Amino acid sequence: MTSTTERTATRAEYCVIACAEAWRDAGEILASPMGTVPAVAARLAKLTFSPDLLLTDGEALLIGDVPAVGAASAVTEGWLPYRRHLTMVMGGRRHVMMGASQIDRFGNQNISCIGDWERPKRQLLGVRGAPVNTLNNPVSYWIPRHSTRVFVAKVDMISGVGHDSAAAAGPAATRFHDLRRVVSDLGVFDFATPDRAMRLVSLHPGVTVDQVREATGFELVLPDDVPATREPTREELRLIRDVVDPSGLRDREVRA
Amino acid sequence: MTGALDKRMTPDEIVGRLRSGMTLGIGGWGSRRKPMALVRALLRSDVTDLTLVSYGGPDVGLLAQAGRIRKLITAFTTLDSIPLEPHFRAARERGAFELVELDEAMFMQGLTAGAQRLPFLPIRAGLGSDVLRVNPQLRTVTSPYEDGEELVAVPALRMDAALVHMNRADRSGNGQYLGPDPYFDDLFCEAADTAYVSCERVVESAALTEHAAPQTMLISRHSVTGVAETPKGAHFTSCVPDYGRDEPFQKAYATAAADPDAWDAFRTRFLAGDERAYHLAVQTWHKEQR
Repeated sequence: MTSTTERTATRAEYCVIACAEAWRDAGEILASPMGTVPAVAARLAKLTFSPDLLLTDGEALLIGDVPAVGAASAVTEGWLPYRRHLTMVMGGRRHVMMGASQIDRFGNQNISCIGDWERPKRQLLGVRGAPVNTLNNPVSYWIPRHSTRVFVAKVDMISGVGHDSAAAAGPAATRFHDLRRVVSDLGVFDFATPDRAMRLVSLHPGVTVDQVREATGFELVLPDDVPATREPTREELRLIRDVVDPSGLRDREVRA
Repeated sequence: MTGALDKRMTPDEIVGRLRSGMTLGIGGWGSRRKPMALVRALLRSDVTDLTLVSYGGPDVGLLAQAGRIRKLITAFTTLDSIPLEPHFRAARERGAFELVELDEAMFMQGLTAGAQRLPFLPIRAGLGSDVLRVNPQLRTVTSPYEDGEELVAVPALRMDAALVHMNRADRSGNGQYLGPDPYFDDLFCEAADTAYVSCERVVESAALTEHAAPQTMLISRHSVTGVAETPKGAHFTSCVPDYGRDEPFQKAYATAAADPDAWDAFRTRFLAGDERAYHLAVQTWHKEQR
């Protein structure tokens, strides 16, 4: 018996599944999730289809167990202070899922500021590690509220490098540039198109193509038939609800 | 110990050696192990017009609010559990200082080049991003080898002075961290012409490795000019394992920082006196919160 009596997955749980898929068969690399849903997803992936993933405690330790999000780890399997973390990024054995205040059609991302950089309307985080991440290791994005404010025609400050910007910067920029997927509360997107423009891959159940189109500030590539994001298995639902996120933190990040 | 150099100073003596217009590095990371007692001493002084080099936290926020920064070199400024530093944000939105915004790894390369007396170090990061657009002074360098790759040449970050906070130090300036992350404090000291270490406790050299492994000895005295014992000197940032971040107080700081009137009251209550008065005021505040 488990407490998993409710069989219907919630929107947040589809988001978890869609984010976890980013790390499927990733092998022995570091999963760096930013945000709650990606954190739940990375742990789910490690407990199911990607057991060799490395995880951190969010600070300087590699953890050898898979505690619930927000809970303390009991096993340390390595040391990853910031300077070693940055070296690992540049070595490429990492797949990060970052947030985005803005993202455009070719995957340029902004977390730095809104408006003119010289004197921003809204100062945000600064570029942080987005430039080094995007040029060196696989990168995906998680956007909990899909809207035209986030999915914009042009970002105000390129923090994470998109396909057009990398191509313009030359071979040293494109050599390890690898944008994998964008997951929002509405669906899954990638860049598997001839000109590397963003494409709709799947819709979370209950979401329509029109809804996505209205919430996106640029023209998405739309396949003729858009599949639904896959269903979680019963075991995945049990792991999400009872093991990785028993207090339901995922629901605070995603609108029902 | 015969012959051991005694570099002990008070925070005010350390700040007394700083000059307006200097390039000043501040160690730690975000809201983690920042030399806050030295920053508070700096706020009590009239040193200003600084070029500040920092993985920014409330050190940047406080100095920005006080109008001491002419130019800031950073990759971010954050309070960690509160993602945006309100004073930094407000200062940026009113165009209060010149900003050199670098990627986190570019910043590390700059410190490393500074410590190694190199003019620059190459890095892939920055290419294709607006870091190059907003920093037109940044140049690229082409590999002389077969790959011919064109990479960013991060200029050395050299500083006139660096301020860092350690868990322990001896009187000669050997500094020890006991938490999980050294951050970049050794590089800050080595990339600066003078470096000042504040610490929770000054102990005899022999005591440093009595209960800790020698690799906790992050900073070597040859790169240190002065040492100050400042118990709770990183407050309200974290100084693990001596103490964690004072989250309730940081929250009060951030709330006050977001509103000019509330900030005046906060400054009067906590920052108008000396370091001892600060800690007493914080203690009283905590009692009131219960």
